[in-house]
Amino acid sequence: MKRVYVNEKWCLGCRLCEYNCAFANSGMDDMVKALKDVEINPRIKVEKANGISFAVQCRHCKDPLCVKVCIAGALHLDEDGVIRINQDKCVGCHSCVMACPYGAIMPSGHGVMQKCELCLQNSSKEPACVKGCPNKAIVYEER
Amino acid sequence: MAINFVEPLYEIVRDQTRCIKCRVCENQCANEVHRYDKDLKVMLSDETKCVNCHRCVALCPTHALKIVKSNNSFKENANWTQSSLLAIYQQAATGGVLLSSMGNPEPQPVYWDKILINASQVTNPPIDPLREPMETRTFLGAKPKDIERDENGEIKTKMPPQLELSTPIMFSAMSYGSISYNAHESLARAATELGILYNTGEGGLHEDFYKYGANTIVQVASGRFGVSKDFLSAGAAIEIKMGQGAKPGIGGHLPGQKVVADVSKTRMIPEGSDAISPAPHHDIYSIEDLRQLVFSLKEASDYKKPVIVKIAAVHNVAVIASGVARSGADIIAIDGFRGGTGAAPTRIRDNVGIPIELALAAVDKRLRDEGIRDNVSIVVGGSIRSSADVVKAIALGADACYIATGALVAMGCHLCRSCHLGRCNWGIATQRPDLTKRLNPEVGSQRLVNLIQAWTHEIKEMMGGMGINSIEALRGNRLMLRGIGLTEKELEILGIKHAGE
Amino acid sequence: MKDYVIIGNSIAAVGCIEGIRKIDKDGSILVIGNENHFVYGRPLISYMLMGKTSLDKMNYRDENFYDVNKVETKLGVEVVSIDKDAKAVKLSTGDVIEYKKLMLATGSRPFLPPMKGIELVEKRTSFMSIDDALKLDKMISKDEDVLIIGAGLIGLKCVEGILDKVKSITVVDLANRVLPSILDEKGSELVKKYLESKGVKFILGESIGEFTSSTTATTTTGKELTFGTLVTAVGVKPNTSLLQDIGGKVNRGIVVDQNGKTSIDDIYAGGDCVESIDISCDTQRILAILPNAYFQGRSAGISMAGGDEPFDKAMPMNSIGFFDLHIITAGSYIGDKDVVLDDEDNYKVLFTKDNLLVGFILIGDVKRAGIYTNLIRNKTPLDTIDYSLIRTNPQLMAFSYKHRQEQLGRAH
Repeated sequence: MKRVYVNEKWCLGCRLCEYNCAFANSGMDDMVKALKDVEINPRIKVEKANGISFAVQCRHCKDPLCVKVCIAGALHLDEDGVIRINQDKCVGCHSCVMACPYGAIMPSGHGVMQKCELCLQNSSKEPACVKGCPNKAIVYEER
Repeated sequence: MAINFVEPLYEIVRDQTRCIKCRVCENQCANEVHRYDKDLKVMLSDETKCVNCHRCVALCPTHALKIVKSNNSFKENANWTQSSLLAIYQQAATGGVLLSSMGNPEPQPVYWDKILINASQVTNPPIDPLREPMETRTFLGAKPKDIERDENGEIKTKMPPQLELSTPIMFSAMSYGSISYNAHESLARAATELGILYNTGEGGLHEDFYKYGANTIVQVASGRFGVSKDFLSAGAAIEIKMGQGAKPGIGGHLPGQKVVADVSKTRMIPEGSDAISPAPHHDIYSIEDLRQLVFSLKEASDYKKPVIVKIAAVHNVAVIASGVARSGADIIAIDGFRGGTGAAPTRIRDNVGIPIELALAAVDKRLRDEGIRDNVSIVVGGSIRSSADVVKAIALGADACYIATGALVAMGCHLCRSCHLGRCNWGIATQRPDLTKRLNPEVGSQRLVNLIQAWTHEIKEMMGGMGINSIEALRGNRLMLRGIGLTEKELEILGIKHAGE
Repeated sequence: MKDYVIIGNSIAAVGCIEGIRKIDKDGSILVIGNENHFVYGRPLISYMLMGKTSLDKMNYRDENFYDVNKVETKLGVEVVSIDKDAKAVKLSTGDVIEYKKLMLATGSRPFLPPMKGIELVEKRTSFMSIDDALKLDKMISKDEDVLIIGAGLIGLKCVEGILDKVKSITVVDLANRVLPSILDEKGSELVKKYLESKGVKFILGESIGEFTSSTTATTTTGKELTFGTLVTAVGVKPNTSLLQDIGGKVNRGIVVDQNGKTSIDDIYAGGDCVESIDISCDTQRILAILPNAYFQGRSAGISMAGGDEPFDKAMPMNSIGFFDLHIITAGSYIGDKDVVLDDEDNYKVLFTKDNLLVGFILIGDVKRAGIYTNLIRNKTPLDTIDYSLIRTNPQLMAFSYKHRQEQLGRAH
């Protein structure tokens, strides 16, 4: 299965991935319209300190803890290997936040959780973080 | 605060409607031009620090930024121009020599732009490179005058060592130190993939790059930085740098801040010390001395590798080249006055040397007249900007071209001409780890490969148009060129006719 | 005769089914459940009351879960006994069903200590099941004063579920603080204050002395209380009797090994009815939380089908929220206490012992808490990471480059 991988050697910590992620999942057709004067809630998180930086997003574990601890059955590992969240079922209990070893599940800003679903269903159609990375630090590939 | 006479040359224009305050401009600017003001809740810019490198413009996800020439101006004066005034203000403040980077930006004539290329019509029809074979392969090195055969018809003539290029373009010398590790890796990987060569410059060769040796020219310059037996054996050719187009007649100066651990190891000098190359090679004061060094290097490399002698295009370039051609060198590289540099005194960069077009024409003619043209191959550099420049250079008599500025631009350089500050926002002319990582060699090398492949394709198209199907047949074919808007004297030096003739 | 019989239809049962099906695609599975509902997560009932979810969305798995997994169900039916020699269970309907492997996912039931006069109270319920919640929903209205006995997880989630639907809520607990099982004193205080700011009244450190009528009670110190509806949320008791009756080993909960095997052959158990070894303090105890139920069920299912994937990572962990205040806790509160943050809206404590993180309490900012949970789960030696960094915020930056490459650079 193709996953998103970040090579911290090339990550600049510019955070464009966070903005591209937020835009891709905004459902809007213009970045300014989508992100102007809003606090963004990206599904990818850049960690940055002392000259080191890298982005973290859902690893789409084969044996996902988040799915197992979800009290609502809102998270599931689909047949294509992608872990998706059904926000309609999510109650925002944060159990997945408690369990995810990568800290890759975050609040959406409207009471339920959200996570990287590889942009397969949104307007980007392929991971927007990968597409927009200025230094090819984020790749989408089979490993 | 003292009066700041040096006013910013650019304005940073931010479209506040489009700005989403993502702060990419801020985190990408090593000159700390942009900042977010928490109270005003807007991004602010300080143009006095801006070098106009366009990193922020290129990365702004909403295209909210542009950098424009400031229309702030001194009272109009055709003689005392803004740049001459600013230079005086700067020197009056610091007492220092003005430093600049990259090539001469002054509006001197660019002869490439005054030369037009021929095309076939009706007779001697053009060739379609998509249908017909088109040879761009080039061999550099001394060529034997005649072919001798023994009684069985076997070739007796011993062929001097040659460099084989898939296309008549090489990446010219840029030292590790002046440019980053990742820039070097990009060049090395691209040259290898393309089947051409890149040049170490005078800073030695990082141990990681020995594996690209078959596509490497190792350079020996007056400072002899990083020169060892291993280094000399590592490459496919050895270049002796006598001069550089951007700063003929002077040496080089790599500021200590760029001599970081790896650079210091590669150059074999203490970390943090300024790397100063003297103006002359202290063992070369004549062609005979040069010949000694050429043969020392040949000796050290078992006569298996061509030796290149690189000179700057200066007034007597033809005579100098003639001497070099007799020194035992296999290849002469000539660097024109528009060639780039990581740092040079501004006045030298902008006032010393001559254009490569005139130098090339003069050297080629001189060597032909003297019957020694085949002793050497000629490689020219110093602002080759496009495939058309390459075609014109070859028709004027060059065997191949060196490109460096073009290669840097392909990797992201925006010619802000601030290399000497060591804060290159594109990760090229810097050693700061947070900046060097901005050039991922995977991206850099791919862009270089793309560029050279595109140029090669264009070269084939232009050659085909002329009804020529090999670089060999184009070389020195000045009938394929015409001048436009040139004086009789210029045409005479270039050895070409005027358009319409 | 069924290959697999599962008693109980909750999270451990789903874990068990998914565990079995990982190995055995065809063996017959029968689930017997006393609740007549599609499997759902019990913690959802408070969210249902507050409207964050609804009955039709509460199914823990897709509607076709039983079909896809070829599971037969008998819902609304009790198992009355097990015959371990005949390997059969007897149902409340009188039916007898033979099994090859039996899973006890019997869960727990509300525990109600004897309280004088409680039978006088007409409108009262526990708060454990959908049926409880639906019952409660019918009892309450905007004019209703509600009395909740129990300031633990269940009682306070009930508070959240109905606060906006009733006139007032009073919570009584014998303990002198709220959520004593998952918070320390400071944490309890913060949560109590927060809920008080929302209008909840607390009477702590005392209990109901006597119910004096259907709508009145006096506390042990003589406070007079008037209420319309009573919710009892004092605690739960594991349902262990089926096994106990046939001589299976039971302490407070059913004793199982890490593959979910009980002391009786071919009988397995998992979920709130069993004890497990808490890795954060190496003691055996009941860890009645949903994630453990799933893990235990799955491990038991795999084992029942002939596989071997022991669940050896049991530990307490709770994620609970009240309106916009989130709390995530895990592990044990032993060893050194490192109070990282203590202000009006946030409280954060880490517990370390023998170079390990053994527990934490996060109130307020709970972002990326799983990174801490993982430190406990994996028993990561703290001297192999940058503790001073990770204590401020959970982050992968605190790990070594090599570790990060391993974690982020390959498929998991």
